[in-house]
Amino acid sequence: MKIAIIQFGGSNCDLDVLHVLKDVVGIDAELVWYKEKDLSQYDGAIIPGGFSYGDYLRAGAIAARTPIMDAVKKMASEGKPIMGICNGFQILTESGLLDGALTTNKYPKFRCEKTYLKVEDTDTPFTSGFKKGEIVKIPIAHMEGNFYAGEKTLTRLNENRQVVFRYADINGNVTDDVNPNGSQENIAGITDANRNVIGLMPHPERASETILGSEDGIRMFSSMVDYIENR
Amino acid sequence: MQYHAEVTIELKPGMLDPEGTTIKRALEHLGYQTESVATAKKYMIELDANSAERARQAVDEMCQKLIANPIIHNYTIELGESR
Repeated sequence: MKIAIIQFGGSNCDLDVLHVLKDVVGIDAELVWYKEKDLSQYDGAIIPGGFSYGDYLRAGAIAARTPIMDAVKKMASEGKPIMGICNGFQILTESGLLDGALTTNKYPKFRCEKTYLKVEDTDTPFTSGFKKGEIVKIPIAHMEGNFYAGEKTLTRLNENRQVVFRYADINGNVTDDVNPNGSQENIAGITDANRNVIGLMPHPERASETILGSEDGIRMFSSMVDYIENR
Repeated sequence: MQYHAEVTIELKPGMLDPEGTTIKRALEHLGYQTESVATAKKYMIELDANSAERARQAVDEMCQKLIANPIIHNYTIELGESR
């Protein structure tokens, strides 16, 4: 098993994800530069956070239109798990692999803090290791994380159980007070219709070791590994 | 023929515009009361095309494929011959 970590100019969480996969989860992973056009040797891919192309035009817009994203789309169509974290989520929405758009935070400030998330769905390759309704602690660090999809798309996402994480308080209340960025319905992460592509603003790689204050994030990566092993 | 296109990208009506809201508040600090402040981005593009229609069509495609995000943006194109 080998996971590709896609690197664009300006990615900056790539090495953290590599460390967690190799040294904490203990699986083989490799950094793959965006000029690569063939990802067929990999069993899954992670698009890490950062500021690809300096957030020029819109966060994720330029990276979404690089040739490697055609290879990522091919992987997605083959049912391989794809995870986009933060800027990776922005890239996945810009590329059309995920619905909606991530716009400037309602209060236009870069927010870097711990957040509590309610696990809305465990029937995905990334959340099978959680309990439905469980509250997990995974931090955010972004300025464009305000999820917007329009009412029609939002209804569809809810009906198809594609909303995976919502910002909540420690007791699981999903309220405006704990919505860090103005996202519609406190949405923090969604999947595509086939459920094997996920995007989320919080950083599970920053919550994968006790010393970092939470180990909740590691279960996303180990769920992904379980899914690949059982495919 | 060379054409000059000015593309204006705006947020769709009803979308939050945090930058506009912040500017509105800063204007209030300076003593200016405004009904609203909205932000937009403008792109200036020079391109060669056989006709104005072709040029407009090409710029429209650029907007749909890259420059605008149709989920959150409206855009307008003003086209003229380059001087």
